Amino acid sequence: MNILASEASRRVLRLGLLSGSFILFAGVIGMIAAFHEREVVNDFISLGQALLLATPFVTSYVATTRMTEAGEDPRVALAGGLAIGLLSALPTVILLLFNSDEYRYLLDASLKLIPFVAASYLAWKSHAQGNEMRQAAATWLISALLIGIVTFGFALIFEVKGDLRGVLVHVDRDWVEVVTFDHRNELWTGIGFLLAASAGAGLAGVIMRIMPDIPRRALLYGLGVTLLVGAFGETVRLILQENLDRDTLREIFRRDTLRQNSAAVLFIVSTAAGFLWAMFGGRAQSQFAALDNSSRHKIRNLGMLVFAALLLALPWLIGRTLSDVAVTIGIFVLMGLGLNIAIGLAGLLDLGYVTNYAVGAYILAVLTSIGPLGLFKGSFTFWMVIPIALLAAMCAGFLFAVPVLRMRGDYLAIATLGFGEIIGKLALSDWLKPLIGGAQGVQNIPKPFLFATELKNPEQLYYIVLVASLVTLFVSIRLNNSRTGRQWMAIREDEDVATAMGIDTARAKLLAFTLSAATGGVAGAIFAAKVGTVFPNSFTVFISINVLSLIIVGGIASNPGIVLGAVVLIGMPELLREFSEFRFLMYGALLILMMINRPQGLIPSKLVMHEVQAGVKTKVSTGD
Amino acid sequence: MALLEVNDIHTFYGNIHALKGVSFEVDNAEIIALIGSNGAGKTTTLRTISGLMAPRGGNIVYDGREISSTRADLLVARGISMVPEGRGVFAKLTVEENLDMGAYVRTDDDVSEDLDSAFEMFPRLQERRKQFAGTLSGGEQQMLAIARALMSRPRLLLLDEPSMGLAPVLVDVVFEAIQRIASEGVTILLVEQNAHMALQIANRGYVLQSGEVAISDTAANLQQNEVVQKTYLGID
Repeated sequence: MNILASEASRRVLRLGLLSGSFILFAGVIGMIAAFHEREVVNDFISLGQALLLATPFVTSYVATTRMTEAGEDPRVALAGGLAIGLLSALPTVILLLFNSDEYRYLLDASLKLIPFVAASYLAWKSHAQGNEMRQAAATWLISALLIGIVTFGFALIFEVKGDLRGVLVHVDRDWVEVVTFDHRNELWTGIGFLLAASAGAGLAGVIMRIMPDIPRRALLYGLGVTLLVGAFGETVRLILQENLDRDTLREIFRRDTLRQNSAAVLFIVSTAAGFLWAMFGGRAQSQFAALDNSSRHKIRNLGMLVFAALLLALPWLIGRTLSDVAVTIGIFVLMGLGLNIAIGLAGLLDLGYVTNYAVGAYILAVLTSIGPLGLFKGSFTFWMVIPIALLAAMCAGFLFAVPVLRMRGDYLAIATLGFGEIIGKLALSDWLKPLIGGAQGVQNIPKPFLFATELKNPEQLYYIVLVASLVTLFVSIRLNNSRTGRQWMAIREDEDVATAMGIDTARAKLLAFTLSAATGGVAGAIFAAKVGTVFPNSFTVFISINVLSLIIVGGIASNPGIVLGAVVLIGMPELLREFSEFRFLMYGALLILMMINRPQGLIPSKLVMHEVQAGVKTKVSTGD
Repeated sequence: MALLEVNDIHTFYGNIHALKGVSFEVDNAEIIALIGSNGAGKTTTLRTISGLMAPRGGNIVYDGREISSTRADLLVARGISMVPEGRGVFAKLTVEENLDMGAYVRTDDDVSEDLDSAFEMFPRLQERRKQFAGTLSGGEQQMLAIARALMSRPRLLLLDEPSMGLAPVLVDVVFEAIQRIASEGVTILLVEQNAHMALQIANRGYVLQSGEVAISDTAANLQQNEVVQKTYLGID
């Protein structure tokens, strides 16, 4: 009783049950079984099993961090890790029992018992808090009744559906097979395996945490690299395919999964690399810092040069499929940089950014299409239309900005959201159907030509996106350091005070919306040329939301952050296609986790970083 | 001729009649105090003069020209500068960048000179020139707000509650600075709840009550006025 009361054990209990509920939830929604399809290492571990083990591992790692900070004995930490491992498996074990034919009665029994146990607990708690006996009794009665009704409902459903599977459709043979480590027919052996594996993972998490710093970092690095390469096996294979011959490739991969040997080699090599970095990385960094300015500049420039070469060579390194993903990422980088002018620099929350994207795409479509809707049947080329698309998007941005100039914050966001919706409906409307084809859209958009070469592959289109992004990057850096940039900064901080400084806020906001729209138009035009057809349902509010999310995840007002944000939020879902519907769940979970743990974004801008570190509130101005 | 003439202005918040015909005038190089209790219309008067709010009736004449419908940002270039209530420094900019922002309307090359004289007036700001304004204390923020308002080289400085939320020592520092600014020829219109301090440095004063000017007199006479003493100075 004493142990249970301590702070550490309560935390272990809470974290363990949290991790257990997560595993149970992942199983019930079918995630574990779906991930089992993807092998991380051939015939050794699947992604589903990796998830099963990684959860207690990470949980006990985190718990141990807290415990060592609190100065607990390592033995206590080990016991905690063991407990977390077992607790992580517990909910799944219970569900396995409920699901089996022999122990089904446990489900019925617990459904009957739950109201009494829960009500008694609540009544006891109410009494312990100093309430009178009469009140505790009333609590008991009411909660027993309410919880009873709910559990009775569940029991009724299970009765009607026959068994658990009728309700929880994903609690099926596949799930049982994964969680019992392929012992579907021997329930208790399977449960034993599950408990042992989970407990082992929990202990491993503790051991990893209390290990000395250097081997710990090396091992974590090795594990991380191996897991990532394994999980993204298909992508990695696509990249290697460009650069290796078939036989070598076959030795490393069996279809899309790493062979055991190659995984072992990868693990050893990356751990060794991690070890070397952990040993000497700090020294290298301090040596770099000790260098004088000019040689530091030289090294930096060299790094930039390598990076630039890499960017230029990228399509030939990664092949067609991934180049296609790179073009999509590039289109979103363009939009991210554009929207950042409005949101990051001027602080105007624009949720209708898709408008500009659609305008650019449709302008290119009608002007260049050689289909029935094409206005000029090919006499306009891609290069002639790009500036037109840019100007048209700027006009759209300007027109939409005029009515919302007086709005601020939330109101502005809602109004712009409305514009985004209007554009979608307009594209679908009968009124514009003769011009842009309604739901059928515009087809037969030719690919761009450069000196009589048709740029029809993603490898070639990549360079258009690259150049456009670099130009945008340059412009937005210049803008940020200009007088106009300072105007926006003042408006973002406080519009009234900006006016009091003599800034024409209406003009500055119009300019922000208009410039921000420009890159959206270019992105839309490139998108239309890439896909070859333009449909209204490509232009939903989700485009706006995606662009906004990548800015926020990457780091608001931070250019490198926006590029990284696009790679993570746009690239990942493309690469994770095999995870089917779960990728949106993971995407959402990632966003929530990011906002809780790293609200400043992956690569925060200097301003925001300062804000988070110093805890400066956005509005320090009023009162105090 | 007066630098600023406010003639019978009426200002509304939606349907709420906030200023019910306020009239007063400010002569060149004067310090004028507007005193009154909460909700009397002091801040609204300043916001109307500075162009942040438009009056529905009456007119405002500044330097011989009607300005009641001139945009706020244009008035800054014409020499009306305001220190807003609650200071309104740009928390995420450094002290120096804040001051630069104050010189936004300037096109001449003497900005760095004025930066130096701002630091001379408030040495505390020089010590913290690279610091983010949000990390300054309340008093330092008030100094920064005043220094920033001076960066546009105003002829008329509007100050809204400069003593609000400051420790008594800092109130003295701020009011000394205001007197120095006035001695350099800048006309000052000061809105204050701290009537005691305001009347000590002002030449003349107006007492606002529910959107109207109730009393107007020299500062010295107002300090002796029975009603003012009872209501605003806390003397029985």
